[in-house]
Amino acid sequence: MAQEQALPMAADVKDEQLDVAGPWLLMWWRFRKHRLAMASVVVIALFYLVAILADFLSSSEPVTTNERFNYVPPQTIHWFADGWIRPYVHDITSTLDLTTFKKNYEVDTETRFPVRFFGRGYEYRFLGLFNTDRHLFIVETPDGHRAPFILGGDAFGRDLMSRILHGTRISLTIGLAGVSISIVLGVALGGLSGFYGGIIDTVVQRLIEILRSIPTIPLWLALAASLPREWSITRIYLAVTVILSLYAWTELARVVRGRFLAMREDDFIMAAKLAGASDSRIIFRHMVPNFASHLIAAATLAVPFMIISETALSFLGLGLVPPAISWGVLLKSAQNVQTVALYPWLMLIAVPVIVAVLAFNFVGDGLRDAADPYG
Amino acid sequence: MIAFLIRRTLLAGFTTFVISIIAFMVIQLPPGDFATTYVQLLLGFGQGSGATGAILGDPAIEQQMREAYGLDQPVVVQYLKWLWRILQLDFGIGLEAGKKITEVIGQRLLNTVILAVGTILFTWVLAVPIGIYSAVKHNTPADYGVTFVGFLGLAVPDFLLGLALLWIGFAYFDISIGGLYSTAYINAPWSFDKFIDLLKHLWVPAIVLGTAGTAGLIRILRNNLLDELAKPYVVAARARGIPEWRLVLKYPVRMALNPFISTIGYLLPFLLSGSVIVSVVLSLPTLGPTLLRALLGEDLFLAATIVLLLGLLTVIGTLLSDILLVIFDPRIKLDG
Repeated sequence: MAQEQALPMAADVKDEQLDVAGPWLLMWWRFRKHRLAMASVVVIALFYLVAILADFLSSSEPVTTNERFNYVPPQTIHWFADGWIRPYVHDITSTLDLTTFKKNYEVDTETRFPVRFFGRGYEYRFLGLFNTDRHLFIVETPDGHRAPFILGGDAFGRDLMSRILHGTRISLTIGLAGVSISIVLGVALGGLSGFYGGIIDTVVQRLIEILRSIPTIPLWLALAASLPREWSITRIYLAVTVILSLYAWTELARVVRGRFLAMREDDFIMAAKLAGASDSRIIFRHMVPNFASHLIAAATLAVPFMIISETALSFLGLGLVPPAISWGVLLKSAQNVQTVALYPWLMLIAVPVIVAVLAFNFVGDGLRDAADPYG
Repeated sequence: MIAFLIRRTLLAGFTTFVISIIAFMVIQLPPGDFATTYVQLLLGFGQGSGATGAILGDPAIEQQMREAYGLDQPVVVQYLKWLWRILQLDFGIGLEAGKKITEVIGQRLLNTVILAVGTILFTWVLAVPIGIYSAVKHNTPADYGVTFVGFLGLAVPDFLLGLALLWIGFAYFDISIGGLYSTAYINAPWSFDKFIDLLKHLWVPAIVLGTAGTAGLIRILRNNLLDELAKPYVVAARARGIPEWRLVLKYPVRMALNPFISTIGYLLPFLLSGSVIVSVVLSLPTLGPTLLRALLGEDLFLAATIVLLLGLLTVIGTLLSDILLVIFDPRIKLDG
């Protein structure tokens, strides 16, 4: 009893429940105590929701260029008109400064364009089910519709907010795809290494050490640069994922190997062997459930690594390139100080990157502490 | 001890060998080979006109060049030839103006090393006091503040931080932060003044590069120190009346500092690879921008050489770190 009370459990767990709770339930109770991790789970869920609903949430097609709105600064939505809640946006006119060739934007306070919720915008396929043209909000102009440009426009007049929303799709799924490959590689090699030990262990360990001591970015740059330029975006995306996972699996393999080594000597494994269980049965029936929690924690911590790596690669122009949209590709437009000094709102793309990475880190930490409170 | 050192050195050598293979793959992977690219370069110089164009346009010349460089031989033979030339420090010719690679890289290699070492020093100098303070003042607002900043440091990609600092410097302080030397000192021979100038410019890249490492180290130091401070010998010493600061510094900090020595082992590859991007953003004269230009311009010998050099630096750094670790803490198990 006293021992269970020493574990960091949520306050409302009674002792009787503790006695009969299975390992996953125990882990959940411990995880629940981390308020930061719980909040981060919500944040991550929101991010993925945005990725799924990107078309609905954005107000203009992310690839359609519009000369009229080159580098337009962020606009404000005014919420009250004539005493009612009737959001509107002003019209934007531009003049070209002939000395600096910089476009100066003027807000025309006379005209008002209403912001419609669930208004009609560009057509898209909702969740792959049906075609629709309803968006969360859209600005209605006499000529049709446009985006409210709350985060401004980029070099080609595209709405930055819409592009960021669409970029969420690739940036977040690369993380998942890469981690999946890393899990497969890591469990296979780490498991072999930990379970059988001996020469296999030495070889795999050396391999992991060598891979970890190579400076990654120069290598990735070189690999990404050697991808044929004619490849489609999807193939480049897959290739980048594979390249990134070839490094990330090492961490997972170390976790798996550590757990295998620790568990190999346990009595219950010996009992299973004596009972005549085959190796694979021992591994999958007895050992895997024990380290699954650690694996999930390590995998969650690998996702922000993938996100930042993909962002870094695309930022430099290798990896994903336009017309693909990811956070890294978007950041490429903010690559030099000249652009950023004139159009600082381009740096806002960094915000979702930082928030996503922080959220994944917190959840991963929470999971790691919940999986093994003594470790 | 000696056996351990020998084993580590052998492993380092083997790692370098693997890196050289990977670097060589970089040359081989893109379609076409060096002869094609070199011919195109020469054609570009001479605009492909007149007698030169006639000579170079002749496929037989390309074939001759191939044979001279051994490009029509099996890959293994090519690799061995390349390796042999590397060992004689003949890295080949870069495509940009046809200069010898050794000239192109020389100064930049030095700058890369300076940047890496400077960042590691900066990381330690910052992380140790902050980590100690954060652990001693456990669960106070100062501790939470430090932890939060630490998390931010981990989450913000270093190139973004560099960009943000560049912009802040430009927008609010009207200074330009990029570069490692002032214009006056770029090609000057080494002197004390040049060194001081370097230090004045080095702190910004060091901050940018070092933030993630510092954040990680602070966390590790804080956790280790917290574990140590909970141990009975600390309580006993406190009961005997030893002043608090001396108590903390004498033993617990020494125990908690162990990971710092081993961190060179994982900091160095992290720094060398991270410095590539940060150097591009901040326009530093290190190997990073050169590598990027080489890759984008398909200058393959240069790219492969840089990859090899960076890998070699990393391996040397890791080896040094392992040796230091064994010297400083004899409790470390020596069986690898």
